[in-house]
Amino acid sequence: MLSACVSILAVALICIFIFANGLPGMMKIGPWRFLTGTRWKPSAGQFGILPMILGSVYVTFGALVVGLPAGLLTAVYLSRFAGVRAKKVLRPAVSLLAGVPSVVYGFFGLVVIVPLVRELFGGSGSSLLSACLLLGVMILPTIASVSESALNAVPESYYEGALALGTTHERAVFTVVLPAAKSGMLAATILGVGRAVGEAMAVMMVAGNRAVIPDSLTKGVRTMTSNIALEMGYAADLHREALIATAVVLFAFVLVINLAFSIVKRRAKL
Amino acid sequence: MNWNIALDAPLARRKARGARKSASTQQLWSLVLRWAVRLGAGFTALVLAVLVGYILVKGVPNLSLDLFAWEYNTENVSLMPALVNTLLMTALSLLIAAPLGVGAAIYLTEYARRGNRLVGLVRIAAETLSGIPSILYGLFGSLCFVVALGMGLSLISGALTLSIMVLPLILRTTEEALLAVPDSYREGSFGLGAGRLRTTLRVVLPSAAPGVLSGVMLAIGRIVGESAALIYTAGTVPKVASSLFSSTRTLSVHMYAIASEGLYINQSYATAVVLLALVAAIHLFSAQIAAKIGGGTNGKV
Repeated sequence: MLSACVSILAVALICIFIFANGLPGMMKIGPWRFLTGTRWKPSAGQFGILPMILGSVYVTFGALVVGLPAGLLTAVYLSRFAGVRAKKVLRPAVSLLAGVPSVVYGFFGLVVIVPLVRELFGGSGSSLLSACLLLGVMILPTIASVSESALNAVPESYYEGALALGTTHERAVFTVVLPAAKSGMLAATILGVGRAVGEAMAVMMVAGNRAVIPDSLTKGVRTMTSNIALEMGYAADLHREALIATAVVLFAFVLVINLAFSIVKRRAKL
Repeated sequence: MNWNIALDAPLARRKARGARKSASTQQLWSLVLRWAVRLGAGFTALVLAVLVGYILVKGVPNLSLDLFAWEYNTENVSLMPALVNTLLMTALSLLIAAPLGVGAAIYLTEYARRGNRLVGLVRIAAETLSGIPSILYGLFGSLCFVVALGMGLSLISGALTLSIMVLPLILRTTEEALLAVPDSYREGSFGLGAGRLRTTLRVVLPSAAPGVLSGVMLAIGRIVGESAALIYTAGTVPKVASSLFSSTRTLSVHMYAIASEGLYINQSYATAVVLLALVAAIHLFSAQIAAKIGGGTNGKV
């Protein structure tokens, strides 16, 4: 039963293929110029992915601003406030929301969020703001369901102890139960960040995809993922290598996030 | 007011400022927090309602028989070939991933000795795999299967890529299910003189079957919804695959293609409805299985 080794093999293969194909390209362009160059013009031989790196960071941060509070509050509600009936409705809703394919989110963003942003804030609508809103919605169920299980794992005696000391239900939850579930909720957040960084299709459909560092919320952005997905189809030679090198950078990001997640998770013992 | 005395106790650990708060401020805070929590939950519910509602309202009227025509052409924008391809792709990916995932899980729980270094390594590998974004899988698939192994944009490249992608999912859920089987089952079987292999296959695996099944359902859900990993591995030809090596497009890719072309908005809505219905059905089914096992605590993560 050594099929166990397949997953190790798969990780090794992925690393080898992506690094072997990406690093030479990065070296040819020059790692420093590649990482900090602000111009991405494949036709002119300029490959700077700083706009994409920043795009990914901005979009992820924006998504957290949108999705984190709602996600955490939903988790608190599900875990400590909701009645049996509300729970019965909301919990499947959250997990269904987590299962909706990203293209459907992207399509929804395209036909609802983009026009809405265009109406309210001007510009073309395909923008950083749209991408943040959409991604915020997408990571919400992830954050909600993981932090709910963290909250449920807090021993009931903590909560009861707080109540016995005469405090109200809300105070007990927010000052006693929440701090106890802190690291679980952090893990949920990191998982959400991972999902936001890795999302390609939905972002591609709403973000406008301009390879320039955005100077306002209503301007278009391009993330690392959408950079790969957009141009992989027709890229050749150095351009292709540059795209794979983008994947190397993305891979490094994801590995760091994963590492953070597993450290936090170990501490939280989820 | 008795309240204040009682309230002092839990707050003694906190700052004195908090301890001196009057009961009415406390009440106010409680009210604010309660409503904040309700608002958050309401927001989530609203998002789902708007998302699903909007797509249903716009899409259902556009569902027509044309959409389910056997052949795709620019007039009927049929999703039937994509639907069939989705089923093929799912079946093929599972055929590769399920034995590997289940086998790996059996090895990890039943055969490996405790503290085996390989076990830790496999776990780290699986964790890494499950965190890799789908576009990276797509890129890897196109580099490895499509180009290096010469399979071209094809059903098999896509299925191989996807099976690596869902492998950790199946592995993890199966492992959890196997761990949940009480040791007394194994001991009983050994006591009756069965060997390790027989014990695993005849006793442990059947009692863990619902857990394994729910892992497989999760994997199906992921495969059906996947698009980024498939565009550059399976291609976008809107025909039913005629062989393992012909290019195909699954429903999600189809959805992406027609939505970004922007010519067939009505059909896009309808396709979205079908896709949502498919996902919801899978979801419902796996929820039922999960309910049958009695709700493992970690299943949702």
